[in-house]
Amino acid sequence: MCAFKKQAFRRYFLLNLYVAGLIVSEIGRYVILAEHGYSSLQYRYFYYYSDAVLTIFLYFALSTLYSHVFSEMKAEKYVQFGTILLLAGTALFSYSVVSQASAMLVTKFVVQLSQNLYFVGLVLTYVLWAAILKLRETRTRLIQIVLSLGVYFSLLAASYAIRSVYPPLSAYSIPLVQVFSTFLPLAWAYAFWRLPEEARLAPSRLAVIPR
Amino acid sequence: MMASIILVCSIVFLLQFFVSYCRSLIAASIKHPLSAEVQDVTGIRNAAAGDDFTRVVQLLHLCPDRPEDRNGIQAIGAYFNLLGFVRATIARIAPSLKAWTERERGQCTYFAAVTLEKRIAFSRDMFAQQLES
Repeated sequence: MCAFKKQAFRRYFLLNLYVAGLIVSEIGRYVILAEHGYSSLQYRYFYYYSDAVLTIFLYFALSTLYSHVFSEMKAEKYVQFGTILLLAGTALFSYSVVSQASAMLVTKFVVQLSQNLYFVGLVLTYVLWAAILKLRETRTRLIQIVLSLGVYFSLLAASYAIRSVYPPLSAYSIPLVQVFSTFLPLAWAYAFWRLPEEARLAPSRLAVIPR
Repeated sequence: MMASIILVCSIVFLLQFFVSYCRSLIAASIKHPLSAEVQDVTGIRNAAAGDDFTRVVQLLHLCPDRPEDRNGIQAIGAYFNLLGFVRATIARIAPSLKAWTERERGQCTYFAAVTLEKRIAFSRDMFAQQLES
């Protein structure tokens, strides 16, 4: 809504598509939760499958941010090609990890793919942030969108990793991720609502290590 | 082993992104000059001090809440606490880090004061609208 009102809907189409998908999946999760309960198989299946779809949406949204940052270099084709190639590579790697499983292969693959895509997304966001600093990108809105995405990917990658390191914490994983999920739409709403497209800042001031 | 590496990397990246995100929020607000009225209320004249942060946030909570501010002020509150932790631990050994945390804490206070000003303006608009209707 904020992007639509500020006439940035088409410019950040995939980001908005992700938020729309998030709203639809949250409604679906709520309906299934109310009908079948938190510990039901229906809820778990719906949760993990919708999460995988949303992660892929977010991954493509990230690729459009790359296109924005590298727009002057006319590198859109390379970004699209790299995005698809990396997604295919991550899917293959995820399949190789779960291929030994005898049961629930597809479900395990879906969970593994989400988990790996969060980490790939995190690394790609970090590379994008480094490019922003290097290219001295000054668009405040774009910078805030990228940084909030970085915070979100880090939180989710960490929560999945904690679950693998210490499995008893798995029970808290879904509610925790649900709380984290609210961060991204709020941060993006702030960026679209409060920051005009023409707002500029020096990104070198934001680096943790001063440049 | 792999999960542990991912966990460590995620935490390091999270800290970097979080600090940069908070600094981008502050940088966007730092150009906003404070009105004389907010300067009087908060006691901020030239430079904001980190020690005033809690008091300014208390004043902020007296004003009607604006949903679009909530995320930013919570993030800056968490950043302020993180700076407090760094100041109380690592910065004791490194004096340059102590000066940096002080400066950052002051900017957090300035961000809170700018948010306070926006909330006051918002409350005035709401009051004016109620009077008109």
